[in-house]
Amino acid sequence: MADIAFLLLIFFLVATTMNVDTGLVRMLPPLAPENQKQEDVKVKERNLFLVLVSGNGSIMAGTSGNQEVIDLRLLKDRTKEFILNPMDDETLPEKTEKEFDLPDGSKWVYPVSEGIVSLQTTRDTNYQDYIKVQNELTRAFNEVRDEVSMRKFNAKFAELPEEQRDVVAKAIQVRISEAEPRVIKK
Amino acid sequence: MAVMKKKGNKGLPPISTASLPDVIFMILFFFMVSTTMRDQELLVRYKLPEATEVQKLEKKSLVSYIHIGQPSLAMQAKFGTAPKVQLNDSYKTTKDILDFVAAERDKLNEMDRASMTICLKADGMTKMGIITDVKQELRRANALKLSYAASKSMGY
Repeated sequence: MADIAFLLLIFFLVATTMNVDTGLVRMLPPLAPENQKQEDVKVKERNLFLVLVSGNGSIMAGTSGNQEVIDLRLLKDRTKEFILNPMDDETLPEKTEKEFDLPDGSKWVYPVSEGIVSLQTTRDTNYQDYIKVQNELTRAFNEVRDEVSMRKFNAKFAELPEEQRDVVAKAIQVRISEAEPRVIKK
Repeated sequence: MAVMKKKGNKGLPPISTASLPDVIFMILFFFMVSTTMRDQELLVRYKLPEATEVQKLEKKSLVSYIHIGQPSLAMQAKFGTAPKVQLNDSYKTTKDILDFVAAERDKLNEMDRASMTICLKADGMTKMGIITDVKQELRRANALKLSYAASKSMGY
C-alpha cells in the first residue's frame, strides 16, 4: 500500500508545478484599422500626465510643461495628486460631476477626473524599470480607490460587494495610455 | 536473574508502519490539490520583475504564455545569449505571435474567447524594444488582455 502511494506521490512531484501566476493585468488598446487615417485625439494639456522612463531607469513625470526628473518613490504620490486634484488646481486635470446609481437605489455624485496617464519608454529601457513604474501607477489608482471606498462605503475597495465595486471602478477609472511606439531621440 | 536477562534482550520494539500508507496518502493529496500540471518545457531563463500590486491569474485554461529571456544554459551554445521569444515549445520570432494567438484562441470554446488572457513572462533585464514589438503583435492579433507576470514583493 505504502509503495503504491509513494509511487503516485513521486509521479505528482515530478509532473506538477506549484507556482501561482501573478501579474499586473492591463488591457491593450485595439489597433486602429489600417485604411483609416489615424486621428490624434486632442487632450487638454492639464489632463495629461506624462511619464517617461529612460534607458537607465530614470523617470521624468509631470503635466506637459511641468515635467521634472523624479525618484520612483515620489511617483505614486504625484500620480495620486494628479488623479484627485484635491485643491482644484488649474494645472491639474478637470473634473466633471457624474451621477452613479448605487445598488441600494440612492444616487451618488462624484467628480470624475478627466486625467490620463501617458506612459512612454525608450527601446532600451529595462523591462524591470517599466514594471516598477507600472506598479507605482497601479498602486496610485488602487490607493485612490481604497480611499474613496473607505469614505463612501466604509470598507476597502477589495472588500466591497461586487455592485459597489463596479461603481467605484467606474468613478475612478485606471486610465493609463501607452502611446504608439516611436523613436525617442536621446 | 531471569528477569534481568529478559529486559536486556528486548530493547526497543520496532516502530509500527501500519499508518505509513495513510501518511503518504495525505502528502499525496496535498500535492494533488496544491499543484498544477507542468505543460511546457522552458527553453529560456528568466527572473521575473517584482511588483506589489499583482493580481492572481484566474482560470488557467484561458491563459496562454509568452516567455521572453536568455536561452537556457543547454541551448546557449547553439543560440547565444541574446533574448529569445518562446511560444509553446520552441523559439519563435515576434512575427509568429499572430499564428500563435489564433491557434490558442481556436482551442477555447466561443464563449471564453473574449476573456482569453496572455501572460507575458519576461526577464527583468529584457529591453523594452522586444516587449513593445510583442505588444504591437498582440494588438494586431486582437489579444488585448495582457498580464505582465511579476512576482509578489513586499515593497521597497
